[in-house]
Amino acid sequence: MDIYTRRKAINYLNLTFATLTTLFGLFFLTWLLWILFERGFSHVDWNLFVLDTPGPGDEAGGLRNAIVGSLMLTVVGVLIGAPVGILAGTYLAEFGRYALISHAVRFINDVLLSAPSIVIGVFVYEVMVIPMGNFSGWSGAVALSIIVIPVVVRTTEDMLRLVPDTMREAAAALGAPQWKVVTRVVLKAAISGVMTGILLAIARIAGETAPLLFTALNNQFFTLNMDRPIGNLPVMIFNFAMGPYDNWHDLAWAGSLLITLTVLALNILTRIFLRPKK
Amino acid sequence: MNTTAETLDNPPESSGHASRAIGDRLFSGVSWLAAATVLMVLGAIIVMLYIGARPAFEKFGFWHFLTSAEWNPVTEVFGGLSPLVGTLVSSAIAIIIGLPVSFGIAVFITEMAPPWFKRPVGTAIELLAAIPSIIYGMWGLFVFAPFFADNIQPALTDTLGALPLVGELFQGPPLGISVFTAGIILAIMIIPFISSVMRDVFETVPAELRESAFGVGCTTWEVVWNVVLPLTKVGVVGGIMLGLGRALGETMAVTFVIGNSHALHAALFEPGNSIASTIANEFTEADGEVYTAALVALGLILFLITFVVLALAKLMLIRMARGEGRAS
Amino acid sequence: MTEVNMTPLNVQEKALADSGIQLDVTRAIGGADSPPATDSPAGSAVIENAKIEVKRLDFHYGKFHALHDISMRIPERQVTAFIGPSGCGKSTLLRTFNRIYDLYPGQRATGEILLDGRNILDRREDINTLRAKVGMVFQKPTPFPMSIYDNIAFGVRLYERLPRRDMDERVEWALKKAALWDEVKDILRRSGKALSGGQQQRLCIARAIAVKPEVVLLDEPASALDPISTLKIEELISELKDSYTIAIVTHNMQQAARVSDYTAFMYLGKLIEFSDTQTLFTNPASTRTEDYITGRFG
Repeated sequence: MDIYTRRKAINYLNLTFATLTTLFGLFFLTWLLWILFERGFSHVDWNLFVLDTPGPGDEAGGLRNAIVGSLMLTVVGVLIGAPVGILAGTYLAEFGRYALISHAVRFINDVLLSAPSIVIGVFVYEVMVIPMGNFSGWSGAVALSIIVIPVVVRTTEDMLRLVPDTMREAAAALGAPQWKVVTRVVLKAAISGVMTGILLAIARIAGETAPLLFTALNNQFFTLNMDRPIGNLPVMIFNFAMGPYDNWHDLAWAGSLLITLTVLALNILTRIFLRPKK
Repeated sequence: MNTTAETLDNPPESSGHASRAIGDRLFSGVSWLAAATVLMVLGAIIVMLYIGARPAFEKFGFWHFLTSAEWNPVTEVFGGLSPLVGTLVSSAIAIIIGLPVSFGIAVFITEMAPPWFKRPVGTAIELLAAIPSIIYGMWGLFVFAPFFADNIQPALTDTLGALPLVGELFQGPPLGISVFTAGIILAIMIIPFISSVMRDVFETVPAELRESAFGVGCTTWEVVWNVVLPLTKVGVVGGIMLGLGRALGETMAVTFVIGNSHALHAALFEPGNSIASTIANEFTEADGEVYTAALVALGLILFLITFVVLALAKLMLIRMARGEGRAS
Repeated sequence: MTEVNMTPLNVQEKALADSGIQLDVTRAIGGADSPPATDSPAGSAVIENAKIEVKRLDFHYGKFHALHDISMRIPERQVTAFIGPSGCGKSTLLRTFNRIYDLYPGQRATGEILLDGRNILDRREDINTLRAKVGMVFQKPTPFPMSIYDNIAFGVRLYERLPRRDMDERVEWALKKAALWDEVKDILRRSGKALSGGQQQRLCIARAIAVKPEVVLLDEPASALDPISTLKIEELISELKDSYTIAIVTHNMQQAARVSDYTAFMYLGKLIEFSDTQTLFTNPASTRTEDYITGRFG
């Protein structure tokens, strides 16, 4: 075999491998989604939204308490985390762009972005559950907010950085003080990007289980009381999947489908948001 | 140095100026506080975990805790070796499988896919990262583990298991619940992270370099291997570290399929556990100060390991970005 | 000098004549033989009614010394143009007049810039009020992400609390001054980004004059625009100088010749020559100015 044929063969072989790996990745995505629909879709019905989770041996049941609880935890988690994240991102991009602390915050923030969420659960257990004396919705929401913050900080800073400096100069040149430049002009220009960050954060926490295991815990009954353990989809899925009953498994699949569809929808939405115009 | 400081230094000359200075001071102060919160969260996590873990470290000693495999809630003797090994081994498997796959995907998307196809494929791969880990866990437990036990594990035991030396690794009960299964699922979960970093850094290679390599007659593969990869290797390693950091801390997917056994085995098809899965499984039922402290201690160790790995990843990606700035 | 490159000069003179700008009669004293001075510029602008007086100004970007010992007087209600090859410091100089460089750390100016006799480089000077007095229009149009109306009202609201009707009047006045009113009067609620590039730039000019500044700084205001929009901006500049002191940076010599009363030529961070526009373009005092305007370098 001459050199040229050999080189061509190697090229062909490796590019085939690259194509196969891509198919490999896509195959798993399809497989996962297929299984979710196959096992979950038939159990998504009206009862799922109006009945509470069944106890051991109960026949009928739905996910109402878990869905409502998850919504509450997510909303409160975002309400706590997003303002902190937006302000911090604003500091990094505007007030403290060149400050020493900003370098540290950027670095640590990126590390926290991928930090193990179970550890955040342990942390909130130590700082909230133990002092309060019981598991609670509030501690679950705080745990989620700690996951929200780095996501929002990162996207907010990135999005504000996309606003050209000439925009800041133009506003400052009119005599606007910096806080007005930032709030009235720069943040306004980047608003869709900042909202995208919040959507991404929601997508990120919608399925988070580990930080809720020993903060919000779970609750088989419907409650709106955040001072007590509160039902939520991820922990419910964990408990039911590990449980012995078939109808529990069915509900776990249905819940998984709901979460996944929500998360995928949010992800695709953010991509549409962020798609460069024109 | 910046405007804020300037404004703050200026003594207000009239009420109008004063209110503007106050506005700036207030807003920058509040946003500074928010930024500092990020640092405080990190500090608080380390401090609180250390406080929570101290009873265990005091009772067993830090090194002994790390090197003992005994985990007995009844006698209250705890050592973290088994979950630590499980964490490292499952993550190593994830990297060994995930790295070539991620590389292949990055090469396919940057070098081979037609332009209209790049976006949908990239998005689809990235959606793998969006799927919550509990979903991977359920799928792993009910679908993948049985499939693996029936179809792949026997084949691996028959082939690789028959080899000298490494053969012992590929033994175990045909359950599909094992450290190896956990590693495969972790691999699927970290592929999107590694491949998207690789894609990003590959795309930083200037078109002229690529073109001149093609110009001297290189094949696509030779361009990737001899031009793109050497230029981006720091970033590629950063991407691998990022994936590793993700794999080390992953909880739910692992908890479902790893088997949650504290026994240490050389065989990869035996059930095991990881730090995250041990905490997830045992934390709420841990009674007694020492038991809880031992779990918190595991959490602290996990946090420190992932922190180091992720920090290295970040440093490499920063270096990559700087190098790119120098080149242009 | 006249043997070389006769044509461009003729064009410039013609442009000067066409633009109908009244040239000041402050005459050149220095001739082509006067040496290129660094401490004080060549040329002859004798300015009595200075709005801005620059004294021994130096400017640094970090370690880079961008402006060297600049001294000049900018006349009130006249158009002063700054020309020179790119990187000569003309934009940097303009950006000191409203201290917009203050937004960036590591940029600092030393010396004095007197606006109506007050040193604006004094750290105690309130930069926001300064900037309300010294408006600026940038190279690229920078409409804010808000309606056309609010783009204008934004700056006004910073310093004045006007009743609705007065604000409407102010917006209309500013848009008329910027020769944009007729084009946008029916779409005031539409986003400023919906306008064409040339319209956006006139919107930015309207926004700058709506706050009733005393000085308007124009940093290559037409360089990103098509020829017709450029012409409109130039006509606008000629009209605005009745009410405002205008300083314009341009890389386009013809434009400087058309719109300005005085012209400063800068090179490598130094002010080489400052004369009334006609003198500078027809009878430059410095050989370097001559080389530049005749196209021998730059």
